[in-house]
Amino acid sequence: MAAETLFEKIWRQHIVYQEAPDKAALIYIDRHYIHEVTSPQAFEGLRQAGRRVRRPDLTVAVMDHNVPTSDRSLPIQDEIARRQMEQLAINCREFEIPLFDLHHPDQGIVHIIGPEMGFTQPGMTIVCGDSHTSTHGAFGAWAFGIGTSEVEHVLATQTLWQSRPKTMEVRFVGRRPEGTTAKDMILALIRQIGVAGATGYVIEYTGEAVSQLSMEERMTLCNMSIEAGARAGMISPDETTIAYLASRPYTPKGAAFEEARQRWLALATDPGAEFDRVVEVDISQLAPMVTWGTNPEMSAPITERVPDPEDEPDPVRREMMKKALEYMDLKPGTPLSEIRIQRVFIGSCTNGRLEDLERAARIIQGRHVAPGVRAMAVPGSGRVKRAAEAQGLDRIFREAGFEWREPGCSMCLGMNEDILAPGERSASTSNRNFEGRQGRGGRTHLVSPEMAAAAAITGHLTDVRTLSSEVLS
Amino acid sequence: MKEFVRHTGLVAPLNRSNVDTDQIIPKQFLKRIERTGFGQFLFFDWRFDDDGRPRPDFILNQPPYNTATILLAGANFGCGSSREHAPWALADFGFRAIIAPSFADIFYNNCFENGLLPVILPEEAVSQLFQLAEEAPLTLTVDLEAQTVRDAHGRFSSPFTVNPERRQKLLKGLDSIGETLLHEDAIRAYEETHQLISLPSL
Ligand code: SF4
Repeated sequence: MAAETLFEKIWRQHIVYQEAPDKAALIYIDRHYIHEVTSPQAFEGLRQAGRRVRRPDLTVAVMDHNVPTSDRSLPIQDEIARRQMEQLAINCREFEIPLFDLHHPDQGIVHIIGPEMGFTQPGMTIVCGDSHTSTHGAFGAWAFGIGTSEVEHVLATQTLWQSRPKTMEVRFVGRRPEGTTAKDMILALIRQIGVAGATGYVIEYTGEAVSQLSMEERMTLCNMSIEAGARAGMISPDETTIAYLASRPYTPKGAAFEEARQRWLALATDPGAEFDRVVEVDISQLAPMVTWGTNPEMSAPITERVPDPEDEPDPVRREMMKKALEYMDLKPGTPLSEIRIQRVFIGSCTNGRLEDLERAARIIQGRHVAPGVRAMAVPGSGRVKRAAEAQGLDRIFREAGFEWREPGCSMCLGMNEDILAPGERSASTSNRNFEGRQGRGGRTHLVSPEMAAAAAITGHLTDVRTLSSEVLS
Repeated sequence: MKEFVRHTGLVAPLNRSNVDTDQIIPKQFLKRIERTGFGQFLFFDWRFDDDGRPRPDFILNQPPYNTATILLAGANFGCGSSREHAPWALADFGFRAIIAPSFADIFYNNCFENGLLPVILPEEAVSQLFQLAEEAPLTLTVDLEAQTVRDAHGRFSSPFTVNPERRQKLLKGLDSIGETLLHEDAIRAYEETHQLISLPSL
């Protein structure tokens, strides 16, 4: 057989029906994650048509987007959020779908618990009514976000019509410098190719630097594929993938694991397989990145200054930059490291896993949040929270003046009370800096967990590498 | 679903690129559990000021554009979150078609599921339309059957293409689940020959 990419193998293995090779294919879906925000109307549609959920055993539901992250024993303040969660519980009961509700010990952000429970496995097709479903691609799965009509379609048929996307290899070349992270790699890619740079493509990330990433970092990388417009992002399974999967509650065990291991490793892109497009990103000079604008492509190394729209030759882009700087209330030429922040958010499906918290804790240990800064650490799941507490990370965060909260999406999208006030500025480990994303009039700077921790300590965006040397000296 | 064969209507020009779904419908309005009623929140932060009063300078607040049924926008329209509330809000407001040089993938798919036609026209054609719309209120006919966009005065005409299956479905207003279930045998055969990994009941 001809050399194939990881994506091509998964595509081929999941075709249920296709009239001709150039037509859309009916694709079988191995995993369907649902949550309270994008599913109620899908269930409403099923009921109206008298349809059942075809495979509740391949479906799992989670409450995460608008759960409160404060004391869970208190009644939920937000009436409508409560209604949405109640509705999800009703729907799951009626259609017999397993549910991680607010009080389940392993509740958390859907893209964090899928992998950590072992529900996400290599070679699967995975969908969810959420654009950051691309996260699961870190395991060598084809995982993508869908809309509510498609949620309804998958519930009813366990399939989706898909036209075959093109494939793009994003090859990271060079060694990743000390003090930089997967977050900086993905921000650098998006800056290079733009927020629509990968539209229509499924990305596979390759290169020495990618092989060396932990699974948690690979998830950060794949998570933000959608911010480059990609249909999905993925990484070929290797021994790092296998090691992560070995200890998960719902992955096969014993001989069955050995069998699965062989199958998973065989999914990796074959030597000589061709992609429709190849993009190289040189990371040998990578520095910690921060966004200065209102989409994830508007970013720069922390060592630089707020760019000047007048230097931009393209009139459309110039106009966009002007609007962004106006919204962000930033002056061209200001050193990025002088931008003062009032809020810090460490969490989300991009950077709310154990390693992220560990790395942030290392920065803040023995230090204190700057006066006037409100900082929050929100573990991505119950498991992450317990593991962090077992190491005493909660104490480090609390003693440094951080709030240590319950798992959920929280300030990533500001759907509960975790929001920015108008004009407030945050350093945030989430994935979107759109206007109003974290609260109407709020201003978001996307950064890595280390950089968010450093900003919390100094009260302004800060090159974490200079802070670490202070700690050392 | 409402079928879409051809539609003639007033164009609202929104000359911005990368309009994201957070802008189309801010997240504080996602908490409803119905499919309808989202039109009142469309472009909320652009349409209303902090006190909830309409901003007079926003296009959709200016008659006659408050009755527009075709939206003209810049590149990469609908990027960001996968929320289908975005097309619901656009459709509920009264839009039937959106014309732009490019769309974000998920949003593009979602439009078809809701009887909303996303039309991709070349950059130059879109600029020309923006120019025409700026001169005077512009009425266009979006013809899915003939796959053209044109104005009544012969000043503008441009072909466009849509995936043939999608076009057929939209022309007939077909429910895609019912259509898929015609392939029940193939789905069952797939399930019988592939190892699917069931989740435990929690
Ligand atoms: S953490 Fe943010 S990006 Fe991730 S699923 Fe939740 S809302 Fe979406």
